[in-house]
Amino acid sequence: MSRLPTSRRRQSIWRLLDAAARWVVPSAMLAFGLFLLGLPFHIPGQALLRPAYAMGCVYFWSLFRPGSMPVPLTGLIGVLLDLMGVTPPGLWAVLLIVLQSATFISRRRLAPARFLVTWGVFTGFAAVVSLLAWALQSGLAMRLLPAWPVGLEILISAALYPSLAALLVHVHRGPAAVELA
Amino acid sequence: MLRLSVPFRQALSRLSPVLMLMLSLGCILIGRADQNFDNDLRTGLNDILAPAYMVFSAPIEAAEHGTGVIGHLFSLSEENAQLREQNAELLQWQEVAMALQAQNDALKASLHYVPSPMPQYSTGEVVADTGGIYDRSVLVLVPPANGDPQNLVGAVAMDGRGVAGRVVEAGARSARVLLITDLNSRIPVALGANGAPALMAGRNGPDPSLIYWSPGQPPAEGAMVLTSAQGGAFPPGLPIGVVHYDAQNDPVVLPLASLDSLRLLRLFSYPDNLPVLTQIPHTKPAATAHRSKH
Repeated sequence: MSRLPTSRRRQSIWRLLDAAARWVVPSAMLAFGLFLLGLPFHIPGQALLRPAYAMGCVYFWSLFRPGSMPVPLTGLIGVLLDLMGVTPPGLWAVLLIVLQSATFISRRRLAPARFLVTWGVFTGFAAVVSLLAWALQSGLAMRLLPAWPVGLEILISAALYPSLAALLVHVHRGPAAVELA
Repeated sequence: MLRLSVPFRQALSRLSPVLMLMLSLGCILIGRADQNFDNDLRTGLNDILAPAYMVFSAPIEAAEHGTGVIGHLFSLSEENAQLREQNAELLQWQEVAMALQAQNDALKASLHYVPSPMPQYSTGEVVADTGGIYDRSVLVLVPPANGDPQNLVGAVAMDGRGVAGRVVEAGARSARVLLITDLNSRIPVALGANGAPALMAGRNGPDPSLIYWSPGQPPAEGAMVLTSAQGGAFPPGLPIGVVHYDAQNDPVVLPLASLDSLRLLRLFSYPDNLPVLTQIPHTKPAATAHRSKH
């Protein structure tokens, strides 16, 4: 008599498909969001929303569902962000991977922490990444770019994160939950 | 599914950030060394995304301009009165313009004036705002190119009122227009009635600033800013905006084009007036790729 645990249940093709679809949800949502934010809504500061959204998503998924946001995928999304905007391709890939690595390192402490703590840490990470973006872009353009958009970027990232996290928590428990497949 | 031993997997997961980081840095370096690399990638992606952008931006536009405008209903009668007034005023100006046109034709005829070549133009809808933190650009849907899409690179983009920017990348279906407010934008301009030369430089804010004007002739508040043919990148005499002083000795240009709500852009290509001093990597692959877009 075989007594296999549930995780060793025979996997039908539908179950595999379901699991794969759930696994793809976070990155697909991130890419589609980037696309939507490119539409001409004529919101002031819309250009700053895209990096803020990408940073928020990468941070959240690396923290709570790292399996669904592997590093190569993060790199690809970074390149997509670069190509949809006008930054040199690879720049945001580097920055998002740095953000993800930092999140992975602090994951054990952060994941069980209260929301205020994760929010605060995200704001700190976003500040460092935005400053790095400014430094890299200034270096590549070989002149000092204005610094005020960095401050704005940090503010927008911090302001966006709570509502983004509220949305992503629902996705995390529902459509993106691979274990429910 | 591929089964890997646990230590190997752990090593892989530890190495992958480093590998990806190096790959991305390599990507930046390649893009830095070869401007065509990122232009081609970007144009390819834009051509793929352009129809999707179109599909998604159509409802937004319909909500703003179509029958679903609720906000406009309330101010309809006021607007009507205002438009009537404006129309009467414009009709007077039309008479003035017609008289001037007739006078101009007569003067040209007596001078044997050679008219400047008529530009070819195509009209495109703005489907995406592709700017970033330090970039101001929009994506325009263009009709399928009759001939080489690269002919469109360097075309002057104008909305109904003035110059909005210049095409820096063009694909089969889409073109990217670098707006005059972008940090990389430098446009030679002529100021006022006597056409004093200056350079208009984008500074990432809403109003580009004026630099390199002659100290003896400071730009006058309210003076008209037109494109200048110096450098050969722009045809002369296209309206850009008016001079305004934000602070003493810091003149800016208030653009005529409504750059933050662009809907339609006309792209004018001047065949006989191709950029001479401006290096565009597409047209001169052998030339050193500088990042000067205007």
